[in-house]
Amino acid sequence: MDAMVRELSYAQAIQEAMAIAMDMDDRVFLMGEDIGVYGGAFQVTGDLVERYGAERVLDTPISELGGAGVAVGAALTGMRPIFEFQFSDFATLAMEQIVNQAAKMRFMLGGEISVPVVMRFPAGSGTGAAAQHSQSLEAWLGHVPGLKVIQPATPYDAKGMLLAAVADPDPVMIFEHKLLYKMKGPVPEGYYTVPIGRADIRREGRDLTIVATSIMVQKALDAAATLEAEGIDVEVVDLRTIRPMDKQTVIDSVKKTSRLMCVYEAVKTLGIGAEVSAMIAESDAFDYLDAPIVRLGGAETPIPYNPELEKATVPQVPDITTAARDLVKGVR
Amino acid sequence: MAEASKAVADSRANLPFVYRQYSAEQLKQVLYKMYLIRRFEEGAEESYTRGLIHGTMHLSIGQEASAMGICMPLGEDDQITSTHRGHGHCIAKGAEVKRMFAEFFGKTTGYCKGRGGSMHIADVAKGNLGANGIVGGGIPIAVGAALSSKMMKTGKVVVSFFGDGANNEGAFHEALNMAAVWKLPVIFVCENNGYGMSTSTARSTAVKNIADRAAAYSMPGVIVNGNIFSEVAEASYKAVERARAGEGPTLIESKTYRHRGHSKSDRNRYRTKEEIEDWMSNRDPITLFENELREFGFIDDKGIEAIREAVVREIADGIEFAKASPSPDVSETGNYVYTEQA
Repeated sequence: MDAMVRELSYAQAIQEAMAIAMDMDDRVFLMGEDIGVYGGAFQVTGDLVERYGAERVLDTPISELGGAGVAVGAALTGMRPIFEFQFSDFATLAMEQIVNQAAKMRFMLGGEISVPVVMRFPAGSGTGAAAQHSQSLEAWLGHVPGLKVIQPATPYDAKGMLLAAVADPDPVMIFEHKLLYKMKGPVPEGYYTVPIGRADIRREGRDLTIVATSIMVQKALDAAATLEAEGIDVEVVDLRTIRPMDKQTVIDSVKKTSRLMCVYEAVKTLGIGAEVSAMIAESDAFDYLDAPIVRLGGAETPIPYNPELEKATVPQVPDITTAARDLVKGVR
Repeated sequence: MAEASKAVADSRANLPFVYRQYSAEQLKQVLYKMYLIRRFEEGAEESYTRGLIHGTMHLSIGQEASAMGICMPLGEDDQITSTHRGHGHCIAKGAEVKRMFAEFFGKTTGYCKGRGGSMHIADVAKGNLGANGIVGGGIPIAVGAALSSKMMKTGKVVVSFFGDGANNEGAFHEALNMAAVWKLPVIFVCENNGYGMSTSTARSTAVKNIADRAAAYSMPGVIVNGNIFSEVAEASYKAVERARAGEGPTLIESKTYRHRGHSKSDRNRYRTKEEIEDWMSNRDPITLFENELREFGFIDDKGIEAIREAVVREIADGIEFAKASPSPDVSETGNYVYTEQA
């Protein structure tokens, strides 16, 4: 019998996944700043402390470096920690443990150990939190062999990919866009996983492939709906995992549509769009291209406080619609 | 039997801690291992000079009593995190020198299959979770291992070795604080050899004793002469007891000295020849321990000579093992990055 499917928010889906993971495995526990009675800065852990107790929903001091290190140490000695960063920006305080320790320990020790740690990063702009609480740093971590980096874009994927991350023996970094937390969508009850390392075609189309990540997936779908009325048929590929990247799905899509646009919120330069574009340029899909590749990314500035400026720094639906239309019609 | 033991105990009643606590066989084994650490590092240094080992290495010659003393009360299940100057810790926790040499030679039989080298030497089976190339990097990891011990109720104690340089890293302070707040079974061991690379503790550290920093985290801060095995072992024994009893962490500052430079690039311009000579001639930890063992009648000159010869043989065999071992194939460069490829 199929599992009952309900409408849950993205945040509820994550919370449900963490509860299921803790129910299934005593080794799983949560740690992070103010995730206990406060419920987490974005209420993702919510009331889990009441159900699982303060030992398994462990409030840490404001010590991102030390906290990340404790999670790494617990992971390599048998536990399965899920470490919440209050904001993804604070990963900068913990880079040492993430990049030098979590990512490399298995390799440095010749495969003698694994580091099954999950780290969750509330990311992105749009909340008026300004430059130090709004960044999209996933490509930083995507550059590090040894890490897996995922960006679920729907409540369904948020639950399934988190459960896949907990089951994964290696460190998995989950970037959750803060504006997605309230997004609702169908989520089955019970345990299921969505594989890490596989992209998903959210909308099939003939004229253009848009490769999008995280919140840009929904924005690309909205743009595609507008363009459909104009007779432009857009295929939207949700990358879902940025390391290891599902190259084949993107290559196959570009071969079909002959046009590629990458849409992501992080700063455009040296970002995911550059990687996807180069990957296509290096592949046999290059010969299928009918037009130059287009990247739509964040502006080359920190995220500003003023709401109008803030909006202007990251791609919005009209930007995607216009850029896609121009690309298909050959307007440069 | 019991009376004989009592007689032995009585005869040792006024001796320092280790001579009351451990058997003659155990103490001879300690001397063996102290020599093994010394000769291992000399062998590694010579192999480096001869071009058999590349990269760099950080020798702990002069700090052997610290490594052995701290590990003395630990069981095989207890765990340590170590540092870039970690060869002694590795041997003290039970590693085989042949597999350490093999690692330094970059061979597949090495503890890390040639992927880690000197700076990442580990022996997970014996509880050494790894040396670390990042100063202070292992300290929060040790706290995490201690958290595992507490949550899984394994009874394991975790020791985090680090140097004086690490006590000025944020990781040190964050880790000590969390260990104290959560009362974790972890022992922080600062091997203060006086210099973080070239910078003396007097120039780098605002407190006179690093152990003074324990007060900020409500844990005992203990200072020991790191070159006297018994002093180190006694402090470690008490800290282990405290940890196992669920009373929380201890910070031990083991004051010691490295005879060699920081690494292979060191020209020793920040300390005088006289200072180095003084530590080597008058405060060598192996000489001090050997003298006590002899003085208290635990060993004679013949016994000492037998230990020295056995160590030389084990070192020579270890180097031969490393030389004869295969190198990893270049096609295997990508191995061990992930446990399972997605």
